[in-house]
Amino acid sequence: MNICVCIKQVPDTAEIRIDPVTHTLIRAGVPSIVNPFDTYALEAAVRLKEKLGGKVIVISMGPPQAAEAIRSCLAVGADEGYLISGRKFGGSDTLATSYILSEAIRAVEKRENIRFDLIVAGKQAVDGDTAQVAPEIAEHLHLPQVTYALNIEEHDGELRIMRDCDNGYDIISVPLPAVVTVVRLPYEPRYPSIGPWLESKKRTIPVLSEADLETIDLTRCGLSGSPTKVKKSYTPVRDKHGTIFSKVPAEQAAEKVASMLSEAGII
Amino acid sequence: MNQLNEYQNMWVYIESEGGKAKSVGYELLNAARPLADRKGCELVAVVIGYQVESVAREAVGYGADRVLWIDAPEFASYTTDAFANALVALVEKYRPETLMIGATNNGRDLAPRVAARIKTGLTADCTEIGIDEDTGNMAWTRPTFGGNLMAVIMCPDHRPQMGTVRPGVFRKGAFDASRRGEIVRETCRVSPDEIRTKLIERVQEVADAVNLEEAEIIVAGGRGVGSADNFRLIHELADVLGAKVGCSRAVVDAGWVSHIHQVGQSGKTVTPRLYIAIGISGAIQHLAGIAGAEKVLAVNKDPEAPIFSVADVGIVGDLNEVVPALIHAFREHRKSSVT
Repeated sequence: MNICVCIKQVPDTAEIRIDPVTHTLIRAGVPSIVNPFDTYALEAAVRLKEKLGGKVIVISMGPPQAAEAIRSCLAVGADEGYLISGRKFGGSDTLATSYILSEAIRAVEKRENIRFDLIVAGKQAVDGDTAQVAPEIAEHLHLPQVTYALNIEEHDGELRIMRDCDNGYDIISVPLPAVVTVVRLPYEPRYPSIGPWLESKKRTIPVLSEADLETIDLTRCGLSGSPTKVKKSYTPVRDKHGTIFSKVPAEQAAEKVASMLSEAGII
Repeated sequence: MNQLNEYQNMWVYIESEGGKAKSVGYELLNAARPLADRKGCELVAVVIGYQVESVAREAVGYGADRVLWIDAPEFASYTTDAFANALVALVEKYRPETLMIGATNNGRDLAPRVAARIKTGLTADCTEIGIDEDTGNMAWTRPTFGGNLMAVIMCPDHRPQMGTVRPGVFRKGAFDASRRGEIVRETCRVSPDEIRTKLIERVQEVADAVNLEEAEIIVAGGRGVGSADNFRLIHELADVLGAKVGCSRAVVDAGWVSHIHQVGQSGKTVTPRLYIAIGISGAIQHLAGIAGAEKVLAVNKDPEAPIFSVADVGIVGDLNEVVPALIHAFREHRKSSVT
C-alpha cells in the first residue's frame, strides 16, 4: 500500500504566550513541531506499510525550514519526503492550499512512479484549526473521504475506519484510493531510535515549487488565488474585574458568593 | 469568480440524525435571523435526511422564512458523497449568498467538500458572525492558535460565502408555532454507487447523559482537584445545585474523568447560566469553551490564575476548604428559597 502523509509544521500552541502590553502573539522562541494530529496519521501509515508493504511518502507545504519537520518523519518510518514550497504559494487559504497539495500529490506520484492508495493527514493543524484542507484535497482528486478516524485497519483491500461521532463512533468502510483524517489512535506514535534519527538529519529533502508542478493554475494559488481574506486579527482581552474574595475565611467567602448568586436569581 | 449579484439569501443547513435536528442548526437560525433582516433577504433552512418532515416544519418555528427539504432513504444516515451531492445541487439551483453549517464532525466533513466543489471560500469553526458595514460581506470571526488569536475573515469575490459555526456559541430562539414559512420539497436522486463509503456499524456510548451543552449550571474540576478520588467534591457540589459535571483537559489526560465531560477548545463549548470552575487555572483553550457562560465562579489557590480574569465571582483559597463551605452555603440558600 502506497501512502501519502500530509503534514504541517506548526508552532507549539501550548507554548504561545501573549505580550501583556501589546496584546500580540509572542512567536519568538516558540518551538516548531510536527502538528500532533499528523504524527498519528504518520504512525497509522507506517503500521499499514509494515503490514502490507509499499511506501510511505510525506509531503508538507511550507517555508524552507519545514524540511526539518519532514526529516523528523523520516526518522520514524517514512521512506521519502517532499517539501512543497514556492513564492507563488505564500498566503494561500485552505482552498488554495488544498489545490496546491492535490497538484503536488499528482507530481510526486509521477516522480516516484507510483499511485497512492491512501492519503492521510491529521484531523486539523493546531495553529489554524480548520480541518478543511484534507477534505478539500479529496474533492480536488475526486476521492472518497473519511474524517475523524480513531483507528484505521485494512480489510480485504478496503479500509475499515472507526470514526468519531458526537456520542460514540461509527465503523465505516471505504474503498481505495481514499483520503482519511485522524484524531488519535489506540496507540501512541513511535519515538525515533538513534540510528534512523542520525540518518534522517543527513537527508536532503527535495523541494517542489510552482515550476515543478506542470499542470498547476497559478491563479488558484497564493494570496491572490484565495477566496477568503483575513480582514483583521486580534488577541482576545479577558478582564472582567469580577469580585474576588481572597484572604477571607472559606465559610465567609462561600456565604457571600451564595448570597450574590441567589440575589442574581441563578441558584 | 462568479456574478455576485445573482446570489441571494442566507442559508442555514440543519443537520439531523435519526429524524431529529441537532441543536446547532436552530442556534444558527436564531443567530442569522437579525442578519437576514438587516440584509432584507430570506432566511432559508436546508433540511436533508430521511423522514425529516418534522425537522422541516420545526425550522420555520425557529425562524426560517423558507425550508428546502430533501427526503429520501439514501439520506437516512450521513455520508459525505450523498450529502455533498445534494447540497451542491441545491446551491447551484438557488444560488444563496451565504451558507452556514454547524461545526459538528459531520458539518466539518461536509462543508469543505462542498466549498471545494463550488470553488468558494469557507471559514471554519466560527464563534461570531456579523455583516461588514462597508461591504455588506459576511464577517466570520474565529479563534486560531488554540484560541490565542481571533481572526475576522471575509470572502469578498466568491459566492456563496461559507462558514461553519461552532455548536453552543449561540442560543436557540424560542420555538414559535405560529410562525409561517414556505416548505419546498426538493428531489435529489443519488444512486447507490455514488456513495462510496459504507456504514458498517454504529456504536452509541451510553455514558452520554452528560449533555453539557444544554446544562443551566456546570461544576467543573481541574488539575487542582488533585486526584480522581477527590473529584467526589465536584460531584457533591453539582448535586446540591442540580448541575452537570465538567472538567478541564488536564483531568481527562490524567485519566480521572472521561473525555465526554471535557470543556474547552478540544472539548465542549458551553453556555450555562453559571459555570463553576474548581481548581482550573484557565488555559486559553479552556476559556475558549466557556466564553458563552452567563456567570463564572472560580475557586483557585493561585490568585494569579487566568481563570480569575474571566470570573464574575472568585474565591482564592484551598478548594478542599472552599468547596465544602460552598456546598454548605448553597444548601442553606436552596433551603431558604424553597421555604
